[in-house]
Formats: sequence, structure tokens, C-alpha cells
Amino acid sequence: MKRAVKVTVNGKAYAHEVEPRLLLVHYIRDMLGLTGTHVGCDTSNCGACTILINGRAVKSCTLLAVQAEGASIQTVEGLATDGKLHPIQEGFWEEHGLQCGFCTPGMMLTAVDLLQRNPDPTEEQIRMGIEGNLCRCTGYQHIVNSIQHAARKMRGAAGRATPR
Amino acid sequence: MAVSKLFGAKIKRREDPRLITGRATYTDDMQISGLAYAEIVRSPHAHARIKRIDVEAARRQPGVVAVFTGKDLQGVINPIPTAWLIPNADLKTPPHPALAVDTVRYVGDGVAVVVAEDRYAARDAAAQVRVDYEILPAVVDQQQAMAAGAPLLHADVPNNQAFKWALGNGEATAAAFKEAARDGVVIAQRFLNQRLIPNAMETRSVVARYNSGSGDLTVWYTTQNPHIARFLMSVVTGLPEHKIRIVAPEVGGGFGSKIPFYADEAIVVFCARKTGRPVKWTEDRRENYLTTIHGRDHITDLEVAARRDGTITALRGKTWANLGAYLSTAGPGIPTILHGLMLTGCYTIPNLDYVVYGVFTNTTPVDAYRGAGRPEATYLIERIVDLVAAKLTLDPADVRRKNFIPPDKFPYTSAEGLAYDSGNYGPALDKALAAVDYRRLREEQKRGPRNGKLLGIGLSTYVEICGLGPSSVVGSTGFQGGLWESAVVRLHPTAKATVFTGTSPHGQGEETTFAQVVADELGLPIDDIEVVHGDTAAVPMGWGTYGSRTTVVGGAAIVLAARRVREKAAKIAAHLLEAAEKDIVFDQGRFYVRGSPDKAKTIQEVTLQAYLAWNLPPGVEPALEASAFYDPTNFTFPFGSHVAVVEVDAETGQVALKRYVAIDDCGRVINPLIVDGQVHGGLVQGIAQALYEGAAYGRDGQLITGTMADYAVPKAHMFPTFETGRTETPSPHNPLGVKGVGETGTIASTPAVVNAVADALRSYGITTHLDMPLTPERAWNAIHGQRREVKAR
Ligand code: FES
Ligand code: FES
Repeated sequence: MKRAVKVTVNGKAYAHEVEPRLLLVHYIRDMLGLTGTHVGCDTSNCGACTILINGRAVKSCTLLAVQAEGASIQTVEGLATDGKLHPIQEGFWEEHGLQCGFCTPGMMLTAVDLLQRNPDPTEEQIRMGIEGNLCRCTGYQHIVNSIQHAARKMRGAAGRATPR
Repeated sequence: MAVSKLFGAKIKRREDPRLITGRATYTDDMQISGLAYAEIVRSPHAHARIKRIDVEAARRQPGVVAVFTGKDLQGVINPIPTAWLIPNADLKTPPHPALAVDTVRYVGDGVAVVVAEDRYAARDAAAQVRVDYEILPAVVDQQQAMAAGAPLLHADVPNNQAFKWALGNGEATAAAFKEAARDGVVIAQRFLNQRLIPNAMETRSVVARYNSGSGDLTVWYTTQNPHIARFLMSVVTGLPEHKIRIVAPEVGGGFGSKIPFYADEAIVVFCARKTGRPVKWTEDRRENYLTTIHGRDHITDLEVAARRDGTITALRGKTWANLGAYLSTAGPGIPTILHGLMLTGCYTIPNLDYVVYGVFTNTTPVDAYRGAGRPEATYLIERIVDLVAAKLTLDPADVRRKNFIPPDKFPYTSAEGLAYDSGNYGPALDKALAAVDYRRLREEQKRGPRNGKLLGIGLSTYVEICGLGPSSVVGSTGFQGGLWESAVVRLHPTAKATVFTGTSPHGQGEETTFAQVVADELGLPIDDIEVVHGDTAAVPMGWGTYGSRTTVVGGAAIVLAARRVREKAAKIAAHLLEAAEKDIVFDQGRFYVRGSPDKAKTIQEVTLQAYLAWNLPPGVEPALEASAFYDPTNFTFPFGSHVAVVEVDAETGQVALKRYVAIDDCGRVINPLIVDGQVHGGLVQGIAQALYEGAAYGRDGQLITGTMADYAVPKAHMFPTFETGRTETPSPHNPLGVKGVGETGTIASTPAVVNAVADALRSYGITTHLDMPLTPERAWNAIHGQRREVKAR
């Protein structure tokens, strides 16, 4: 019944035998123990489970673990490198982009994807760009500021925008 | 108190590093060895008799550890109690079994529980539990539930009436109405305050572990108030309170929905005891919609009496509050104490006659949702003030000013009997109107619609009750607890500080604001201070986080404890400096004799001496820590003025919120960044009630808006950039001068937006009453029902 799945998560290779019906988000949380990726709904609406798969933001509750075979995955735990926060993390911290923090990992990864595609988004583009991610605490305004902060920083840094 | 450098500073939050790196532990993140998973089998019917439950097939499923039904819990798990026994209201408290035994009363009522090796196995097995139901007629509307012949939910609760609560002076109010009918105006309107679903992003979750050897129960779970949970867990399970430890790990938002003690935590504890395994249960979102409390759901008939100059003389009304199928923990108190007592708002309205019926229906229980009763009150008064202005063709800002409680009348005793601590309402309104350039907007509005867009300006001048609360007063309202707060400030030998608070923040940032306060009081670097909360084994008794009380009451306890620490340190410093205590000055972490600041002992040196205890003054005990239990003398009453500017598209009925200005007065501000965040979050929830959100039930009691795909949790692009500002009127009785800000945005914004839409329509000659949410369909029907041509300009 079980099927093999091999993935790279935050640069580390994993191989497991999993039930074909296992959701990717449960694989990441329960089998890999990476609980920074959250589950907020069962209808693909909230975005709390957002991760990067091959660099693009994906809701990990909408995929089966077996569908991620061979993928390179990044979760919130892999955002900071060598103990240094990613600009999006700095942005959320500086601009008070989080309250309870539950939506934050997904929100940040969506923002990373957004900034990759559009390094200098307008406020409107940011608000539209995060429409797949719900936050019940912040009223979004400080999230917008956080993403703008990160955008400035990443444009300034002009180097590698996203760790892969 | 001395103004220092951290009080008032925009400091980034100290809780954030763990949250932005994915290193925080929410309840569902917990892993402990031997963990089993529970799945609760829930009724698909709103009202039914349980004829038979067959769990044999479920028991045979792979990975199943145990299956239990309501009968197994009988006599072991006591009924789930309500904790707000409002007096003089003939309150009925029918039993609420944790798992239903004979009758299910709402869709989602638990009937059985399966414990299995993992989440998937538990769910598979739960699907195999066979329940034979005899479906009974259901009722979801509170007025219909009180009508003759309506299905009855509970034996011994005639007409499904849980209580009838009355307030005010009927005779004087009737006289005021008589006078207004003769010489002034009387306006009557029915208002619906629709049911909302809180939608904290983290659903509820429980992990319970019972040690049969020691008799210790540990429960990690999503609660806003671990000590209340411990107390109620003891009542419900019969386990002694000192053997119960409740931990609220990281909690992903609550908004009131994680205050109640739910049946689910008792069920999970039962499972852990029976199976000898630690058990985890995590709600999925569908379950959250069905079983986590809902908010609001009032039907109100309100009348207002006013003189021709706009002076409001009386309010009279009746509200039918839908309580759902059972009384939730604070259920009866929300539509009465926290609602009725704030009805006259920030106005000198002398007469009031108000009745609230609490009603059982076959729906999810209703309890505190952000604002909890106060948004409903503010909605009524702020809407009806606008109706008075419209009827008398007066400017709504002028009518408000005319009725404001004047600044020299504070402390002010309202018609409801509350003593508002301080207020100065005019300046906040002036500031808000100036921010939008009110006069220019009114002129623009007079020029008529532009491109088919109707301009509307809506005001909301609110006051709310926060800082819950003086224990003797809340006790007199039937609340089964005190609402004081505890703090311990403990300095370690190296002068690092651990601060314990009985509050339980879950996003509000008090790990930062409290550290700011302590840093100032003790002259310590903020990084040397840790704030601990949410664990009954670590923290003395406390009452938790809700009702905008955390900084107000919990912060006050902390400042008192810190001052006690400082006083003791000053005694030791005086001894070390060979001076009299009265000559000791404390400044920025240094103790010295007045006049000789260069010969000082630092707080670090003094703390070390306190622990070494080699040379303490006579009668002074070693160590340096202090506790405080602060019971406020009064509530606090934050206030403010909000202005919403909308455009209603006459062709489509679409409402666009163009600008939103919030001028709030929450007393002194400890951290402006955090206060802004609280205001923004509150605004979105309040505006969403006005425009987007609303729970809907089918007649059969099925929740139609039962998923995030059906219920409009608002998104980022639905809002403009909020313009926030403040006035500052400190609370005179609070040691920090603070008033609380967690709920202001939600309380104020709903009527501001609805008033703006009504104003837009009125400018166009349409006076149809609209109920929330103001969807394009509703606005369109109002406009096109009256068949107006939209003139181009
Ligand atoms: S958990 Fe909500 S979108 Fe994935
Ligand atoms: S910070 Fe709580 S849901 Fe976004």
C-alpha cells in the first residue's frame, strides 16, 4: 500500500514510505517534524500551509506527499540561513507584521514568491498578491508594510533574493 | 510615575523571533511519546433523538485504541457548566453533557469519540460509528424559538427562554417618549446584528496526559485563560485542582473563541485517563465552524426619543439574543452585562428601558467574540443617533456633539449605572473630522453622484468598557470568578528578571509591553527580562486574556510587583551604602544617596547581595522577588471617533471603502506599534461585519456558511490603508494610566461603515433600512427597488 517518496526540504534529503493519501502538509509536520508549516483550514482557503516547491508558493494541504516526489521544498524553518534572518523575516519583525504568528510562515513564503516575480510591488499588488493567505489578527496593514520593507531590502541587496 | 525611555517607545516585539522562524510550539505541534489521536463523532442533525449507537465496526478498524459514547462518560464527566449566572433574570441552566446521550441539539453536538494511533486512522474509524437518529423539528431563529408551538430544546425551559433580563426605568422612559411624541421626534427601527464566526486562524486543539501513578493531569491547549480552564476542568472531571496543570502554549488567536471551557477538552481528558495514553485532538476547520462558539446574533427593536434640537432623551428596546443550543461559559453575560450596560454610549441619555431575552435554538452556542456585547450596543446607539440626525436634518456630527457627556462631568454615572472613569469626546471627533476634511466631503456629496458613485460619510463615536474588572462588581453581575490579576517579578542572582503574569496573551504582544514596563521600573535592560504566562504550574492564579484586560489589569499587577522589588532593593542598597532608606534615590538602575550620585550601587550589585545574603539589613529576608494581586477599583472606558468614507456604485450596489480614519483614546500608550496593530486587526473584524461576514443557517439547522469557502473571512485587498491617530486621556485609577485597546477597532468600525453606506443612499433619496452585511445585492435592491436613474455628472 505504501509508496516511496523522496524530497529535499530546506536543503536536506528525505526518503520515506508513506500512505498515498497522506497530505504533504501532514508529511512535513508529522513525519519530518517541521511544525512551522501550519494547517488553518480544510478547503485550501487560508494559506497557513504555504511552502515553496521548486521556488513557487504552494498550499501544502492541497497536495499529497507522493505528488511532491523529487521536489525541492522550502519551509519557514529554512528561510534564515547561517543564523541570519531572511529579509522577509526581518520585514515582519521590524514592521510588526504578525500578532499570533499562526498565518505568518505561510504569509512570508507567499511574499517571497511574490517578490521574486515582482521585486517592487505597489501596495495594491501586495494586497492582491497575498489574497490566498488569511490573517485574522493584523488587519493586513502591517503585513503590507513588512513586505514593502523586505522588498526595499532585497532590491538593495541586489544579490540572491531567495534562498533555494 | 516618571516617564522613562521604554514606556511609549515603538519597540519591535520580543515574541517574534520564534514565530518568524517556525520555532514556536502551538498545541498541535506537540509531540509526546505514546501519543494517540482522538476524533469526535458529531451529529449531522440539528435536533434529533439518539436511538442507538453502534461502535462495533469502528472498534474493529485498524489502529483503533478505544471508542466511547456519551453513556461511557455519564457519571464520570460532569455536565459542562456556564460561569456567568446573571441574577434577577430567571436564568435556566439545563445540563450540557460533554457527549450527548439521548438528544443532540445542534449540528456538531458530539455523540462519540474514537481514539486511534494516528489522525487518519481515527478519522477512518469515526466514519464507521453508526448512529440511529430520530430527527426532530429544529428551530434556528430566536424569535421563532420563543413562539408558541416551537420545538423545545430542553425539558424545563418553556419557550426556549434561557433568561429575561431588564434594565432601566420604565416609567421615566415612557414619560420621555410621551413628551417626544408631542414636541420632538420618536424613531423606531428593527436592527439585526448578524451571527459571526470568530475564525481564529489556529483551530482549537487539546493534548492531555494523565499519570495514573501520580494522579497528575497535564493538558496543553488552546485557551485564553488557563487558570479558569483548570478550575472548570476540576469541576467537570472531579480531579482535584492541584493535580491539574493547564498549559497554553503558543495560541494562534482567539478573539473570545478560546475563552470557553468546551466539552471537547473534557472528552479528551476522559480518553487519556481511560486509555492510559496521552491523547491529542485537533479540530479541523469544518468542525471549528460547527462547534467553536459564534458571536453576536441579536434581533433588536429599538426606539429613540429626542427633542427637535437633537437632544436625545430616552432609549427603549427589546433584544432577542440567540444563545445557541447550550449556555457557553460566558454566554448569558455577553448580551446582558457587556451589552445592555453600554447602550447609551458616550451620550447623556437620561432614560432607558431595555429588555433582553436569551433564547435557546438548535445552533452553535454563542459566546464572546471580539468586543462581546459592546459592538452590538455601539451598533444600536450609533445607528440610531444617525437616524435622529437624518430625521431632524441635522448634521450627524452636531447631534453627537450635542449629546456628548461633557469633559467636566467625569467620573460620569451613566443611566445604566456605570461610572465612566475619564473621557474627553469632543477633541477625538474634531481630530477625526479634520483628518477627512469633513466639510469638503459634505460639499462634494451635495454636488451629487459622480460616475454613478454615491459618496457616503459615516461616523461612529464610541465608548467601551474594558479592563475587566473589579471583582466585587463582576461578582454582583453573577460572574463566577474574580477578575483581579496576579504578577510575580523575580530577579535572579545575576539580575536577570523573570516576570510571571496570570494573563495569557496570544498575539497581543504583552511579552514586550510588560518587559517595557518592568525595564523602566527596575532600570534593567529589556533583554534581561523574560515574561512568562500561560502555565498554571509556573504562574500564580490569574484570570487570563480577554475583555481588553491584559495590559490594564495584568500590567497594573506587574508594575505593583516591580515596585515592591524596587522597595526591597532600596532597603538593601541603603544598608550597603550605610545610609537611611529615605535618603536613597533610584535612577536608571542605580541606587545612591541623594546628592552623591557617583557613589552608587547598581541594581545588579544589590540583587547579587540579596541572594548572597552575607550582609542584609536586619529583618530583611534573602532573595529579591515580589508578587502582587491587583484588583481594579473600576473598569476603564476607552473611547474615540471613527470616520468611514464610502462610495456606493449605484449600478452594481458595490460598496467601496475609500478611507477609514480611527482616532482612539486608550489612555496612555506603552507601545504605539502594538497599539496600531491591535486597532488595525479590530477594524478589519468590525468592517467585515458591516460589509462581508455573516453566518447563515438553513431552516433545518444546517450551517450553510460552514467552510472558509462559504464564509467571508476578509482578505487584504478588501481594505484601504487605515489612518490611525490618538488622543490621550489617562485612566485616573489605573497605575499605568492605560485603558485597553484590543477591542476598540471592532466596536467602533461596524456602525461607522454602515452609517456611511446609509448616508450615501440617503444623499440619493433612499432611506430603506439595510441590515448587515451590506452586500452588493442588498445595496442594489435598496437602490433599484426605488428605481432611481443615476444621473451622470
Ligand atoms: S491549510 Fe488552509 S490553505 Fe492549506
Ligand atoms: S498573526 Fe494571527 S492570524 Fe495572522
